[in-house]
Amino acid sequence: MSTSYLFPAAPELLLILSGLVLLLVGSFKDHAAGARLVSTLALVTLAVAFFATIIVTPGAAIYAFREHFVLDAFAGFMKGVVFLGALGTLLIAQPYLRQEKLERFEYALLVLFSTAGMGLLLSANSFLALYVALELMTLPLYVMAAFKRDTFKSTEAGLKYFVLGALASGMLLYGISLVYGFTGTISFTALQDIYAAGDVRLPIGALVGLVFIAAGLAFKLGAVPFHMWTPDVYEGAPTAVTAFFAAAPKIAAMGLTVRVFAEPFGAFVADWQQIVIAVAVGSMALGAFGAIGQTNIKRLMAYSGIGHVGYALVGLAAGTERGVYGVLVYMTLYLFMTVGTFAVILTLRRRGQELERVQDFAGLSKEQPLLALAAAIFMFSLAGIPPLAGFFGKLYVFLAAVDAGLIALAVFGVLMSVVGAYYYLRIVKLMYFDAPPEPFDKTIEPELQAVLVVTTAVTALFIVFPGPILGTAQVAASALFP
Amino acid sequence: MTVALAVFYLLAGITIASGVMVISARNPVHSVLFMILAFFNSAGLFVLAGAEFLAMVLIVVYVGAVAVLFLFVVMMLDIDVVAMRQGFMKYLPVGALVGLVLLIELFLVFGTLRIADAPIAASVPTPEGVTNTEALGAVLYTEYFFAFQLAGIILLVAIIGAITLTLRDRGPIKRQNISEQVHRDRTKSVRMRRVEPGRGL
Amino acid sequence: MLEAYFPILIFLGIAIGLACIIMISTLIVARQHPDSAKLSAYECGFEAFEDARGRFDVRFYLVAILFIIFDLEIAFLFPWAVSLGEIGLYGWLSMMLFLGILTVGFIYEWKKGALEWE
Repeated sequence: MSTSYLFPAAPELLLILSGLVLLLVGSFKDHAAGARLVSTLALVTLAVAFFATIIVTPGAAIYAFREHFVLDAFAGFMKGVVFLGALGTLLIAQPYLRQEKLERFEYALLVLFSTAGMGLLLSANSFLALYVALELMTLPLYVMAAFKRDTFKSTEAGLKYFVLGALASGMLLYGISLVYGFTGTISFTALQDIYAAGDVRLPIGALVGLVFIAAGLAFKLGAVPFHMWTPDVYEGAPTAVTAFFAAAPKIAAMGLTVRVFAEPFGAFVADWQQIVIAVAVGSMALGAFGAIGQTNIKRLMAYSGIGHVGYALVGLAAGTERGVYGVLVYMTLYLFMTVGTFAVILTLRRRGQELERVQDFAGLSKEQPLLALAAAIFMFSLAGIPPLAGFFGKLYVFLAAVDAGLIALAVFGVLMSVVGAYYYLRIVKLMYFDAPPEPFDKTIEPELQAVLVVTTAVTALFIVFPGPILGTAQVAASALFP
Repeated sequence: MTVALAVFYLLAGITIASGVMVISARNPVHSVLFMILAFFNSAGLFVLAGAEFLAMVLIVVYVGAVAVLFLFVVMMLDIDVVAMRQGFMKYLPVGALVGLVLLIELFLVFGTLRIADAPIAASVPTPEGVTNTEALGAVLYTEYFFAFQLAGIILLVAIIGAITLTLRDRGPIKRQNISEQVHRDRTKSVRMRRVEPGRGL
Repeated sequence: MLEAYFPILIFLGIAIGLACIIMISTLIVARQHPDSAKLSAYECGFEAFEDARGRFDVRFYLVAILFIIFDLEIAFLFPWAVSLGEIGLYGWLSMMLFLGILTVGFIYEWKKGALEWE
């Protein structure tokens, strides 16, 4: 086992250090120009952190900070995806913040600190590190949800998220304390070592702890039955913040869930598999049926997100390397689809006002055919229609489930994606076959253009160049199953 | 040992009772006061468990600061208690039923529990002859460096969050500039004017 | 260790007992003839102008929460001060880093004017 100091955590240290410096920069230069400067530097930092992750990620796991921190291929891969998500959503937030007069430099800093928390979370190797990193990730999220503090909905979203998030943290901590009490350790490595040797049963108290931990994680994922907060928070938070919520924290939480189930509790697949299956089934069903009646696009995306977490969990439920591989591919492709969809939502404006109703997509193809095409690609991909990226995400998780003998689960997943396809295709129908009541604003801000081009390209062309994502995901998944 | 046991049940009983009072008191200010009582009793429980430092921190931080903040919030919100209580009685039976089921489940789980199952890796009690605070200090800043520094950053984020959400720009603030006041002299502040009689300025 | 806290237990017992005795004995011994005027809030002979529960400015809240944050920081200093001899330079640097992070927060708060009142 190789240990090192500071070096493996270089991307997160960079984010935190840059957050501290930019806080000082912003304090001494506090106006719109300062906010722009801080945002630009934050974007550069996130990009550098992404490349730094690629550089520092090793073949074999490196431990740091007295084994509270581990950097392996799995953590490296997930961090790369999360940093990209944060970068993309911070980029598409810029025009939104300008238009809504929310340009305050704290926004970029909150993104930086939250992203640093996600990176550390994905590298957590003990329950203590997991908890502090999780708080570092979520505390800025509560503030960001309430960032449009003069509107009732945004403050409501922040408050709801905060109260329910605190409750989830409480459950998680209770579970952790039970696990510690019954096993005597908080270290993932130690837990793995204790139970690696043959046929040991998890003490029943620790099992209760595991259930509580699963509940806390399901909350952070926004998975059924702890999904209640997502539609309200997604709808109330400023749209740019919703995009961030849908992309980065969700993926980080999924990475954490995979690590917690695969590493410290890796010997007890039978114990947690039923929980994951139940959560996956509930999430897929709710995501498919809950979204049908929605009229607000942000609420619809919230239900869509619940559904996608369900599909990804199908891979985890398999409990095999192949399943984790499916989860990784799924979450990566989900990132591009969801960031792209939010870029479309952020582009839609009429007389400078943002549009939030599903109905507002009507007739987009007649005025902005390219944007409508991009939106249609994202919708088809989210629905899982070949040959787009979303299809392959689903394919890998369902194949893994079938491999593990969970055929009924895979069939249920396919059925639910057919139901889910209905509301994605409804949006396509609105765009192509209905007439717009009023003209849309024509300008597409450069930041949105850039993100739209990249996300559309990845979503549409994944079938042509699947190599980079599939290859690294394979290495990452095998890191958890040595 | 029996004294300690009696004190434990007394403190635990009061903690639970005041916890019930926090959610059932009519006046929100009374709720906060009961919460303070609950904090004090939990501090007592910590002392019984041998965690003296945590007990003292609980009193310093929770009673000294958090409870005060709660009082502020309760005052600030000007809560309409009657409106808040609507629906409480309606949901009470359902909530109580769910709670009861959970409680029975917990008893079933812990009832079947064998102590022999318990700790596989030995947990470490406070070493003999070392005070609680010292034992904490010996590991908190070195062994748990990572969590400690992250706690610092979480506190920093809390500062940023509190300021972002509540601070409003109230325009330029007038500050006292002592050197300016001291260096003020007659030529800058007094002007002699010759006023013609009967015409004024 | 618990024996060290026994005097406090006795002290608490006496304090609570005495408070109860005083309150109960006034209830029993004193003559009580309450009427609405006697029971109403006393405000220098006036009728009470308004409900005591007015709204506070949100700035009180900001000051209180900033106080809590620095209160927690101080709480971390106690074990550090006690065991500094043992943990040496590493422990000292660790705390300086922690304080440094919060000092950045303090500078931010100062420059933003969160500590100003009027």
